[in-house]
Amino acid sequence: MKARVTVTLKSGILDPQGKAIEGALKSLGVDGVASVRQGKVFDIEIAGSDKASAEAALKDAADKLLANTVIENYRVEVLS
Amino acid sequence: MKSAVLVFPGINRERDMARALRLASGHEPAMVWHAETSLPRGTDLVVVPGGFSYGDYLRCGAIAARAPVMDAVRAFAGDGGLVLGVCNGFQILCEAGLLPGVLMRNARLKFICHDVHLRVERSDTPFTRGYNAGQVIRVPVAHGEGNYEADEETLKRLEGEGRVLYRYCSADGLVDENSNINGAAQSIAGIVNERGNVLGMMPHPENHVEDIMGCTDGRGLFAGLVAHLERAA
Repeated sequence: MKARVTVTLKSGILDPQGKAIEGALKSLGVDGVASVRQGKVFDIEIAGSDKASAEAALKDAADKLLANTVIENYRVEVLS
Repeated sequence: MKSAVLVFPGINRERDMARALRLASGHEPAMVWHAETSLPRGTDLVVVPGGFSYGDYLRCGAIAARAPVMDAVRAFAGDGGLVLGVCNGFQILCEAGLLPGVLMRNARLKFICHDVHLRVERSDTPFTRGYNAGQVIRVPVAHGEGNYEADEETLKRLEGEGRVLYRYCSADGLVDENSNINGAAQSIAGIVNERGNVLGMMPHPENHVEDIMGCTDGRGLFAGLVAHLERAA
């Protein structure tokens, strides 16, 4: 099964990288960009076909390693 | 003082640290590989040195913090053993949950590599007893992610319990925005855990311990640890 974990900074956490990207987009003339927050995407292949256990494993992975829950939120999706 | 210096792939300050420890204590530190599951018998001090463990992949210190040896460090700290983390070592201790908060990207996004001044906030701890409270010392920093952040509640506790031991300041000890090199909350350069036996700091005291380095202000930290352990023995 294909799965995806998306890790984003919690709101209120300063994101200097997002700010720099935002500035770069503005200087490139990309219109309509109000603000940018950057994060990470993990595409994970899960063995087996039980969706519930896959979700539990992904949540475990995110809690233990993929996200630092002091500053980050994550979202788990089993795609297929 | 019997010290153990942890070694992770990508760490590059472990020999500087070992040298500083040897100069201060007269004992050769044990170098402990990350895959070990125990610390050498009789270890007084565990040091997590600086560098770029696992190439800073995922988040600085995140992968090293989950290495087998860290369980032994957690148990050692739980028994009251002294742990010092410098630079990447500070990041690793935060990721391991031994210290609160997180080291974020420097506010101005630049890697900072130069000497800074630190104000020693108190002298009655194992990590600062080689200095006087309020003393200003000069030590180098070299980091891209040293911007200490924690939630408001944690910051309040750190301040209220006197757990901020080192703060970025000007040459004459002024703590302000200009001297806060990386945007850290409350100019925090080094903090201890609740029990006071685990210190994490971004600057490198081990790089200012010999005359040839142009400054010896870092000696006090190591001399203080040696004195503390001798007194405890």
